[in-house]
Amino acid sequence: MSWNMEIPKLSVRSVRDGLASKAFSASELTHAALDFVQAENAKTNAYLTLAEDRALAAAAHVDSMVARGEPLGDLAGVPLGVKDVIVTRGVRTTCGSRILEHYVPPYDATAVTRLEDAGAILLGKLNCDEFAMGSSTENSAFGPVRNPLAPDRVPGGSSGGSAAAVAQGTAVVSLGSDTGGSIRQPASFCGVVGVCPTYGRVSRYGLVAFASSLDHIGPFGRNVEDAATVLKVMAGNDEMDSTSAFAPVDDYQALMKHSVRGLKLGLPKEYFEGLGAETADVIRTAARRLEELGCHIEEVSLPHTKYALSCYYIIATAEASANLARYDGVRYTTREPAETLSDMYRETRGAGFGAEVKRRIMLGTYVLSAGYYDAYYLKAQRVRSLVAQDFTRAFARVDALLAPVSPFPAFKLGEKIDDPLTMYLSDIYTLTGSLAGVPCMSVPCGLSPEGLPVGLQILARHFDEATMFRVAWNYEQAR
Amino acid sequence: MKLTDEQVRYVADLANLRLTEDETRRMSHDLGEILTYVEELDELDTTSVDPMAQVLFDADEVATLREDRPRDTLSNAEALANASLSSAGYYKVPKVIER
Repeated sequence: MSWNMEIPKLSVRSVRDGLASKAFSASELTHAALDFVQAENAKTNAYLTLAEDRALAAAAHVDSMVARGEPLGDLAGVPLGVKDVIVTRGVRTTCGSRILEHYVPPYDATAVTRLEDAGAILLGKLNCDEFAMGSSTENSAFGPVRNPLAPDRVPGGSSGGSAAAVAQGTAVVSLGSDTGGSIRQPASFCGVVGVCPTYGRVSRYGLVAFASSLDHIGPFGRNVEDAATVLKVMAGNDEMDSTSAFAPVDDYQALMKHSVRGLKLGLPKEYFEGLGAETADVIRTAARRLEELGCHIEEVSLPHTKYALSCYYIIATAEASANLARYDGVRYTTREPAETLSDMYRETRGAGFGAEVKRRIMLGTYVLSAGYYDAYYLKAQRVRSLVAQDFTRAFARVDALLAPVSPFPAFKLGEKIDDPLTMYLSDIYTLTGSLAGVPCMSVPCGLSPEGLPVGLQILARHFDEATMFRVAWNYEQAR
Repeated sequence: MKLTDEQVRYVADLANLRLTEDETRRMSHDLGEILTYVEELDELDTTSVDPMAQVLFDADEVATLREDRPRDTLSNAEALANASLSSAGYYKVPKVIER
């Protein structure tokens, strides 16, 4: 079999079938997948670090289970890439930052442990905006990622490497992190499925903190079932993360195949005000398709949507300024020489952080500083309540919401990087769900007039990922 | 909203961040622009709205308390493996207290 033809088409299911029928071994697949990454990665710069030894050892373990006839995990043999803000024991984890260029974590994130326990093969670590701050992956200290579908365009961000690897075929599934849209927006730009689960659904133990009240780990896949399978494996309470939820984890793979007939879906009218016709048409066509499948579509209102951007950038930067204080030149490898301790802090951080990270640390420090806390930070937290209440009211009427992911498809490299506010505006449709903590995802729903992928955002009630996947899977099958 | 270079230097000091002169000027402009944008929040009357610090869910008050039992921790060598500078089992930093 010609691996280079087959690898980009693999799914979780086809890997499982291939191992079960002995069409290939996990070791053969892993060797081929690593070779494929070596050959193809230069086109996108998605991988920053490969974990060959770890991958081959994990594959050999899966093969020994096959040989002994033991039951295989849900992700047995599946090539996996992990965003470089999620720590991996013994495998360099940079967060896309110079300041962590040489950091080799002494432990694994719980999400990674759970996926590997289910048989997934960690191939390596994926490029991203520095500390997950950005919407294009141009803020990586290790060079931008290119969109595999249009190399002069960005893959979105901040989980651009995670989306690009799955779209390019250098991973079957991947992990990203989403704080304000960092999984959904790159999934939309690269034409793959990306899921930001309910806040607390997946343990953040081992996720390098950006904004703790907003950070999520979530999966990417080339189809809804693959993403749902990865989420199912890693979801659930973890005693190492006191913010991880106790709610039971539903059987997504079974529940998503139930009919959507009779489901009530809302189109938030504020998301279509000012949205370009190209994207709006694609989203409305998707809504009509779901109507044909028996859903009731109605317009709903999320009246505080326009305030989400301001609210988010105050809260996220405030939390980031505190979380990033730990990079002090003492514990994390990189230090600039200086005579005094405080100069050492300043020099190390000044040299180690990139422009966007500095901007956000500065904004966050400012809004928390004496005299401004009430006017900015507390005010933003009050507005966050209003944004969350919008969702509570909408979900009293409908079972899920349909919305655009981004106001525009993938933009050109360099197009927005010099104007931070314009870059922030590319997240306006994803920030609201992040602030409310509801599960949300992007599923491919068509092409823009230039032929670039457009994602449909589906949002559901807290812990109702099952309904979100049900809408997504039924739509994917019917498209 | 305009931020002076002096204000930027004060905030950079709070954040333990060295900025070059160029970065300071750029930061005054960028932060000023963002702070002007977020002034839109003042349109909303939030006097009777509670601040939302976290997405909270119903859970037992002691649900997050785990069983108190010993388990393996990182060894001293593992914990120090990423130190910029260490010796004798400790992190080393520039002198803090003058004699």
